[in-house]
Amino acid sequence: MKPTRLATLRATTIRALGAVALVTAAAMPALAQQAAPASGADTLGAIRARGALICGVNTGLAGFAQPNSQGAWQGFDVDYCRAVAVAIFNDPTKVRYVPLTAQNRFTALQSGEVDMAARNTTVTLSRDTSLGFDFPAINFYDGQGFMVKASLGVKSAKELNGATICVQPGTTTEQNLTDWARANSIQFTPVVIERVEEVVGAYAAGRCDAYTTDVSGLAATRSAQPNPADHVILPEVISKEPLGPFVRQGDPRFADIVRWTHNALLTAEELNITTANVDQAVAGDARPEAQRLLGKNGGLGQMLGLDNAWAANIVKKIGNYGEIFERNLAPIGIQRGPNAQWTNGGLQFSPPFR
Amino acid sequence: MSDTAADPRLLRAPPKRGLRLSWADERFRAIIWQVLIVGVVAGVIWWLVGNTRHNLEVRRIATGFGFLTREAGLPIAESLVPYTPASTYARALLVGVLNTLKVAVIGVVLATVLGTLIGIARLSKNWLLSRIAATYIEVIRDLPLLLQLLFWYTLMQTLPGPRQAMHPVEGVFLSNRGLRLPWIQWEDAHSFALLGMVVGIIAAVVYGRSARAKQMQDGQPRKIWPAAVGLIVGLPLVIWAAWGAPFQGDIPALRGFNFQGGMSISPEYFALLAGLVTYTAGFIAEIVRAGIQAVPGGQWEASEALGLQRGRIMRLVVLPQALRVIIPPMTSQYLNLTKNSSLAVAIGYQDIVSIANTTLNQTGQAIEGIAIIMGVYLTISLSISLFMNWYNSRIALVER
Repeated sequence: MKPTRLATLRATTIRALGAVALVTAAAMPALAQQAAPASGADTLGAIRARGALICGVNTGLAGFAQPNSQGAWQGFDVDYCRAVAVAIFNDPTKVRYVPLTAQNRFTALQSGEVDMAARNTTVTLSRDTSLGFDFPAINFYDGQGFMVKASLGVKSAKELNGATICVQPGTTTEQNLTDWARANSIQFTPVVIERVEEVVGAYAAGRCDAYTTDVSGLAATRSAQPNPADHVILPEVISKEPLGPFVRQGDPRFADIVRWTHNALLTAEELNITTANVDQAVAGDARPEAQRLLGKNGGLGQMLGLDNAWAANIVKKIGNYGEIFERNLAPIGIQRGPNAQWTNGGLQFSPPFR
Repeated sequence: MSDTAADPRLLRAPPKRGLRLSWADERFRAIIWQVLIVGVVAGVIWWLVGNTRHNLEVRRIATGFGFLTREAGLPIAESLVPYTPASTYARALLVGVLNTLKVAVIGVVLATVLGTLIGIARLSKNWLLSRIAATYIEVIRDLPLLLQLLFWYTLMQTLPGPRQAMHPVEGVFLSNRGLRLPWIQWEDAHSFALLGMVVGIIAAVVYGRSARAKQMQDGQPRKIWPAAVGLIVGLPLVIWAAWGAPFQGDIPALRGFNFQGGMSISPEYFALLAGLVTYTAGFIAEIVRAGIQAVPGGQWEASEALGLQRGRIMRLVVLPQALRVIIPPMTSQYLNLTKNSSLAVAIGYQDIVSIANTTLNQTGQAIEGIAIIMGVYLTISLSISLFMNWYNSRIALVER
């Protein structure tokens, strides 16, 4: 049989398809192997191999995470990313920042797009369990409040019946708001916008009577308004919002690094070790816990899989918890309050370095 | 063999031969290739599912659709069915689907009307009119839709606050909280009257058809409109009167922070609808123009020669032919409008994407959430496609 042109074409196509199929079949075991490390077993190894920590932060919240005029990320949460980078690399610049919205932050971490997220996120039971995360530390104790325009003359959140309230979706804020409204029989109209800039813009334009989020976020938003005095944060705090960095469940080693980075920042403040005096402390601080913290003694860094000088490096390059707080949050008018050291009646308490 | 293939007897009964298990046998080769390809496709799917399940398990992420019956706790601003934050996630998602349909259905109707008008204006002999239509089409089609939506939303936000609301007519208020219109207090009588109108429309269509069939037989035209008006307007009125003719106005008024009462159109809904309609109308206008131009000029001339009026030429000769060209690309535009409505998430209109996103965020079950979004859009899109294909085959040229 003389093959027609069509038959030739068909044969070629079939052969090409077959080749693709064979290559795919051969590549499948390779693909499967590649997928295995993505299940999050060795985050630290992956970070070291890559040469940088990928850290999820807020898309823009004054005091917590915001790019400055040079485009460099700054803020309380950003300093936590930098501190973890110093613990691993002794270099605060080895961080890649990924801005995450309230809605995509969890999938970004679940899918391995980021190694950790420090994005003013509330610790809850369901996030810790069914979302597959670990919250190694609580770096900021917060609560949810309301902000209104001063011209509205509202003095208490109880007066908000019938109001239109701006809120970000996918947050505990959203659920607290409905819980609180039901408990207090308050009717409200929600305006739900994903990006923080746009929800704040809608509030500023008068689309909403009130804006609700964590009090720290309200303070940050208020400070960024053209005239902060035009906005009032109402006295009621309607929820507990313990905020903290979070990592994927299933890699306790990396979770330990994040946890003890936070504890090192707290312990350094408790021991009065600052960026200014850390070199002297390394040279001659005789207190046993200071010696263990700074890596002169005890080999604690090695237990974490890090250099023994990790905590000394963090304090030298980033500062202690108090310094981070003063640098980022004091300028936008946030007091230490519950975030003071336990020795000063606050809730921040580090387990011992030993 | 190629010479004998021309013999019709051989064509009718090809020689029967058994399948030889040899690479030289074409049929054997074909079967092997097909089995291999099906196997590879099945293998890839199996691997994807297995890999996903494994990774979800390793990361201890919950799976399954059990969350649908849990209490949602989401605030939703506008809803066509009763909803409170104490309702379930399933209910919240239903509200989202209905919100998507609300914008898609009204958007498709308005975009068709606006697009057709602009498309006809583009062909107008009036220079100014056709230039304005051309400029509209070029500008609207060249700007990204998201930008246009944000433009409309920002425009809505520049309206005055509720206490300084624009108040053109008694009971109508336009503010940055949206448009408030007077409405009636809805009672059972109104629902039954509405039902009566639907029945009336169906009856009028049936009556019109039978009248037409009779006209086909005896050539006598019959007046349809008196009966149609009676069925569509009279029937609901009678039902309404039978139920006591309740009519209680619901006039919006400023109470506390916002307007209470009346009917409201939110700025988010209006911005989304306006953006989608003006954007899609630009494309529809071009489709309509192309469709009308696709009908040869000879058709006009022939119709004129028969003494038909311009309006009847358009309705009876040109439009039926133009529709055959217009309908298939129009289907794509309807699908586009529906899918583009998912950009609602940027301006805070709570459609299915917005609510499913929040759901997957609260429950952490991204795969289930995305599957729901895809299922919803697939269902809506396939329904539009099926309907439009049915309509297309109905108006297609029947060759005899």
